[in-house]
Amino acid sequence: MSAENQCHCAETQEEELYPTLQEFINEHKGRPQDLIMVLHKAQGLFGYLPRKAQELVAEGLNVSLNEVYGVVTFYNFFSTVPQGRHSVKVCLGTACYVRGSQKILEKTEKELGIKVGGTTEDRRYSLDVVRCIGACGLAPAMLVDEDVYGRVKTTNAMEIVEKYE
Amino acid sequence: MIKARINNVDVEVPEGTSILFAARKAGFNIPTLCHHPDLVPGGQCGVCVVEIEGIPGLKRSCMTPLGEGFKVHTHTPRVMDVRKQLVELVLSNHDTDCLTCIKNNSCELQQLSATLGINTIEYPRFEEKMSIDRTSVSIVRDPNKCILCGRCTQVCSNIQTVNALAVNNRGSATFLSTAFDAGLGNSVCINCGQCVVHCPVGALYENSQVEQVWEALHDPDKFVVVQEAPAVRVMLGEEFGMPPGTLVSGKMHAALRRLNFDAVLDTNFAADLTIMEEGTELLSRLKSGKNLPLITSCSPGWIKFMETFFYDMIPHMSTAKSPQQMFGALTKTYYADLKGIPPEKIVSVSIMPCTAKKFECQRPEMNASGYQDVDYVLTTREIGRMMREAGLDLKEMPDEPADDIMGEYTGAGTIFGATGGVMEAALRSAYCLVTGKELENLDITPVRGLKGIKEAEIDIEGTKVKVAVAHSCGKARELLNKVSDQLKKDGKCEYQFIEVMACPGGCVGGGGQSWGSNMAKRARRGESLYAEDKSMPHRRSHENPSVKAVYEKFLEKPNSEKSHKLLHTHYYKRSTVDGKVLPGK
Repeated sequence: MSAENQCHCAETQEEELYPTLQEFINEHKGRPQDLIMVLHKAQGLFGYLPRKAQELVAEGLNVSLNEVYGVVTFYNFFSTVPQGRHSVKVCLGTACYVRGSQKILEKTEKELGIKVGGTTEDRRYSLDVVRCIGACGLAPAMLVDEDVYGRVKTTNAMEIVEKYE
Repeated sequence: MIKARINNVDVEVPEGTSILFAARKAGFNIPTLCHHPDLVPGGQCGVCVVEIEGIPGLKRSCMTPLGEGFKVHTHTPRVMDVRKQLVELVLSNHDTDCLTCIKNNSCELQQLSATLGINTIEYPRFEEKMSIDRTSVSIVRDPNKCILCGRCTQVCSNIQTVNALAVNNRGSATFLSTAFDAGLGNSVCINCGQCVVHCPVGALYENSQVEQVWEALHDPDKFVVVQEAPAVRVMLGEEFGMPPGTLVSGKMHAALRRLNFDAVLDTNFAADLTIMEEGTELLSRLKSGKNLPLITSCSPGWIKFMETFFYDMIPHMSTAKSPQQMFGALTKTYYADLKGIPPEKIVSVSIMPCTAKKFECQRPEMNASGYQDVDYVLTTREIGRMMREAGLDLKEMPDEPADDIMGEYTGAGTIFGATGGVMEAALRSAYCLVTGKELENLDITPVRGLKGIKEAEIDIEGTKVKVAVAHSCGKARELLNKVSDQLKKDGKCEYQFIEVMACPGGCVGGGGQSWGSNMAKRARRGESLYAEDKSMPHRRSHENPSVKAVYEKFLEKPNSEKSHKLLHTHYYKRSTVDGKVLPGK
């Protein structure tokens, strides 16, 4: 797809969320100690923390933009890239790894056309790795949203993923 | 008092003294890497660890106070082994191209590695190269050299309150950078260079223009004029191993002549001129009562800080340009006329204790002469490097005066380099301009020294003028917050005149000074400027014969139309996101 033909509805939806964010920021105006709480709210709204949201938070709470960015990049929970509707997590814990989960990860990366930490263009999937989900007996394991899949093979990994619209 | 034993020496120190300082007192130098005497110890590097009997584990001596009865061991095999390991780990992902590094021979990591006797690195080298940030006209940041000690972020956030640099990510992915890694040139950075002078390694340094200046000096078609800031004459000696604060005005002029500059002039002349313009501005504002307090405008770091964080203060700012820019504007007009040199052939170079001056000279409005008024700005470090490259040893130079026309200066001009100096110089002349009489005691000591915010009240024949002086942007923020509150509340402020310098200590503490700076050195440089002032035949700006001449022959009088065109400027509102000028302001 060329850039002109791409769907922009995600961005349009994003624009509509800013007034809600601004309202929330106003409730915490000039209170740097509320930074993490406000960022949580913003992340909940957008699914990630776009630059513009970080700028609004910095200005509203009277915190430097750099400090906001520092906090956002420090905590795993916060993301600076948009998250997909479904999160795909491949386990790279010891048991899964020795049973070939690296291959499953590579296959999924290739099929979805994204790297670990990325989101597909249509914002359907985000791909990540986890280190052990306690399903070692089912290794190699994969997690899609809240659902655990065991004994995954390179041949059926995409079948599982594609069930999620 | 606390009594304890360090190695085999009994010590007695006041409560709260760190083990690091107590050990120094006992004659044991514990090596450090992230520690800096002017900053709060953060314990990032762990190199200063020591063993304390009865306490498990090793303790960081920089942030552990000595306790009663402690038995401390500073150099046991275990401690020395850990220190070596820590430094080896730092070196394992440090770009160790020392021979071509800007900090070669003045790097604290290099010295530490030598002190600890590190001759092999037990860890595999980590070779991933990161790109060098060259977005700023003043400062270059090389993340490959960064050791994450945090000194730059501490000075940027806590002392300057600019918050341009901060810690991003965490763990092994940690790096120090600007928000969104956009680069210093696209951030709120004010170019003060305090990060540069606090960096222990070669991760931060000035954007050098040495090459361009060499080229101009060897171009027979160019007439290269050089000016040197007040503070440079008490700093340059350090580049040649002289004690901090050695006054080298004469030797500096001689060495610059030997570098082949066509005219060796002096910024101090323009400092005197600034006093005439700013002093006259002060008088007219005192008379009208409008836009008081008047705030000084010599420090380009402070100007960008004000434009970003205090743009409401723009009407209070003096419109007078900084001495560097006044000098630049006159070089390509007045000086060019008198010497009969076409201005397009003139290359105007300035030697500054400052990295923000590199930004200032490239501001688009700084072209009153019809050309860029100042072409190249070199820091004290850069000119020191050029002199060494040319085989000149400053210590061996004779004492020579600057050239005529724009080289003569008074004691008032020279003290511009220390915090409070502009204020003192302005008051000396303002007193005369108002009363027609000369101030008897020229030493206005309450505005001298390194206290963060200084205040004084001067009686000018019944008119009380209350003044304040702030140095470092943190202190300026504190003072300006107070001023804005008063203005909002009462419509007026207790002060009539305020001096602000962006760097701690004033220009003698600027981002262009020699490596290895601290407040003690800054203090000595300041004292040296006051000593030169005391020794001068003229100590008031309005007595400078060359300043009188420029008004008679060219500018007519202070704040004349011509002065306004050449010597005054205006300011912009800037974004707190990227430091860029906001449209329509």
